[in-house]
Amino acid sequence: MKEAIKYLFMLFVCINVYAVDEDLIFAEAFPSKLSDFKFFKDSSAQIPHDDVIPYELISTLFSDYSYKQRWVYVPKDKKAEYQENWVFDFPEGSALIKTFYYPVDERNPEMGKNLLETRLLLKKEDGWEAVSYAWNEEQNEAFKKIAGKTINVSWTDFMGEVRDVRYRVPNVNQCKECHAADDKITPIGPKARNINKEYDFNDGEFNQLVYWMNRDIIDDYPLDLISPVDWTDETQNINDRVRSYLDVNCGHCHSPTGNANSTGLYLHLNETRDIHLGVNKKPVATGRGSGGMKYSIVPGKPEESILLHRMISLDPGVMMPESGRALSHTEAVDMVRSWILLMKE
Amino acid sequence: MHISNTMSELLKKGANIFFNKRSHLVTIKSFLLIVFLFNSFISFAKEIVISPGEDAQERLQEALILMNEGDTLIIKSGYYSFEDGLSLDVNNVTVIGEGMEETVLDFKNQQSGAQGFLVTSDMVTLQDFSILDAKGDALKVIGSKGINMINLKTEWTGGPKSTNGAYGFYPVESEDVLIDGCVAIGASDAGIYVGQSKNIIVRNSIAQYNVAGIEIENSYFADVYNNLASHNTGGILIFDLPDLPQQGGHHIRVFDNKSIDNDTDNFAPEGNIVGEVPRGTGIIIMANSDVEVFNNLISGNGTVNLSIVSYGDETDDPNYYPHPKRIQVHNNTYGPSGFDPDIQTGELAKSLFEISNGNMPDIFWDGVVPLSQMIFGQPNEEKLIVSEDSEVNFLTISPLKYILGFSNPIRTEKEEFAGTVEPLSPITIDGI
Repeated sequence: MKEAIKYLFMLFVCINVYAVDEDLIFAEAFPSKLSDFKFFKDSSAQIPHDDVIPYELISTLFSDYSYKQRWVYVPKDKKAEYQENWVFDFPEGSALIKTFYYPVDERNPEMGKNLLETRLLLKKEDGWEAVSYAWNEEQNEAFKKIAGKTINVSWTDFMGEVRDVRYRVPNVNQCKECHAADDKITPIGPKARNINKEYDFNDGEFNQLVYWMNRDIIDDYPLDLISPVDWTDETQNINDRVRSYLDVNCGHCHSPTGNANSTGLYLHLNETRDIHLGVNKKPVATGRGSGGMKYSIVPGKPEESILLHRMISLDPGVMMPESGRALSHTEAVDMVRSWILLMKE
Repeated sequence: MHISNTMSELLKKGANIFFNKRSHLVTIKSFLLIVFLFNSFISFAKEIVISPGEDAQERLQEALILMNEGDTLIIKSGYYSFEDGLSLDVNNVTVIGEGMEETVLDFKNQQSGAQGFLVTSDMVTLQDFSILDAKGDALKVIGSKGINMINLKTEWTGGPKSTNGAYGFYPVESEDVLIDGCVAIGASDAGIYVGQSKNIIVRNSIAQYNVAGIEIENSYFADVYNNLASHNTGGILIFDLPDLPQQGGHHIRVFDNKSIDNDTDNFAPEGNIVGEVPRGTGIIIMANSDVEVFNNLISGNGTVNLSIVSYGDETDDPNYYPHPKRIQVHNNTYGPSGFDPDIQTGELAKSLFEISNGNMPDIFWDGVVPLSQMIFGQPNEEKLIVSEDSEVNFLTISPLKYILGFSNPIRTEKEEFAGTVEPLSPITIDGI
């Protein structure tokens, strides 16, 4: 009996040592070090606490070819609620954690990673707040960066080419530029339809929604979800692939509730009107972003389509998205070019 | 960064001493109440000062993020160079420099960010600094309720170029917008542009060497007065466009302005609506309702001093009304105009030149109304009113006669437009 109590006590201590610091999620000021939250058992190796669950999205935002690892934390005995066409309604005290990194060499994962930043969305009493932590050179701690940070970094890509990038850790306001809907901060990724895929967890491979149910962090979700396609999946219809890509890369601002709603160009998945999708749509306040072209999309003529021009550009006054990109996403540009080319006039 | 809140710190220390001594609970409570009250007073007085020097970009951006409601951020005089755009998202704050020639924010080395300075919060005053050579727009304000821009300058210093950013001052989807004593130079779209906003005052400002000097677009309730718009392509534009969240621009007063010598070739990148504005345009009113233009000096505009036109392109937007109505023009002073029509740009100057046989008027109305009104006439209350001196030249077209091939579809007698002016009410902004 005494042994059992002792064992339980030890277990309690262990859990406490490794438990996520929920008070810090609610704290008015963000702590200066990422490790203070205790999301990870091993920060450098990015091994999360048991209550911090990894997840992936079907279609992801392009961030200069960086890799992303995502985790969700929902406080014990609380659940996130399903919302149609929107991200789960997470309870207070929840955290979404996303680490950005480049592999040293894409051809050889064993050569390790270069951790850049870990972005947090924390659900407080008044709603979500966003902050980013930039990793130090020693890669053993990440520090709060309110005003953002520039990291000049390089990696070796699949072709063996060394790529350089001026990577920008966003400042707190820039987080809001994308993560705003109706003037409130909101997550973008974890919509039920966008996580409806298999994932290889430590305890086996499961559909992520099923796993979230089993872990009691969500309540329920409809079985007949219409999920976006993975835009990299070339067996899929090109229109579905492009709409999926545009939804996750542009639709958070270019929607009637997003930051770019004044443009009338809406690229979220639910938009069906051609003119608002950019077909033969004149720009409104584009300035030199137009590149001398007259319409966002000219069917059959990618070279006359402003949308493609702004995806390709690296000029801060022209390029889209406005932040978070310093390189051109060649594969996506090629796909969108084909899509416009195939459009009937 | 200097924060003068020593008073509140002292009081907090006082409270700690009380706690440590475990004094009487009631005392602590009342003390805390006092601390709370003092704190709220003191937080209103907090000033943050940024000076030029190393890491100025990071220091300034961090201060813009960390400042609290009621705070004032002072940017000391000097030259600041930025690689990234700045942004502000805190309500009820003031950001003030030491003069538009003294506090200079330079963005010519900008690497990221679609504008120089972005504001997304309410009750903000920006004052006494300049924003130079932004890669995109200079100062953009989105969805703000209560934005005062006072004695600011936005400029592209290389002169008019199509590679300049689109807008100098760019409040959009905002309410209670004041632009006062500002200077806008070199924008490749509009120097001062207010879009999809409500309750607007643009006054005492100067717009030069832009494509459009001052443009009010898809907006409701605006006073534009006592401004100088010169050496732009077009001086003052009141526009409304289709397929946008807010349209049906109306209740705009344009008065006591000088729109003179707008003689810069149109340098807007193609694709933009202002790219169709001919060089030498004083004022254009397009597709708005209830616009009153009075007491302005409109002079030296080589194409035409004042144009009133419909939106000319096709649109399927069922909620959009493409024609101007209830436009009142009176008591303006007109100088030389039409002496150098820009027939190369857009359709307006070319058509007008042909129709008028080269006798360019001071005031032009394209006469385009819905088909039913072409046949049965316009309702009286929607008619254009022109009440100007007898020597002011006026020209309008009868589109029906024009289409049917009548030999003389134009009318130049403005007497039939001399209705009774019904002044629009002035715009007021609380606290201004």
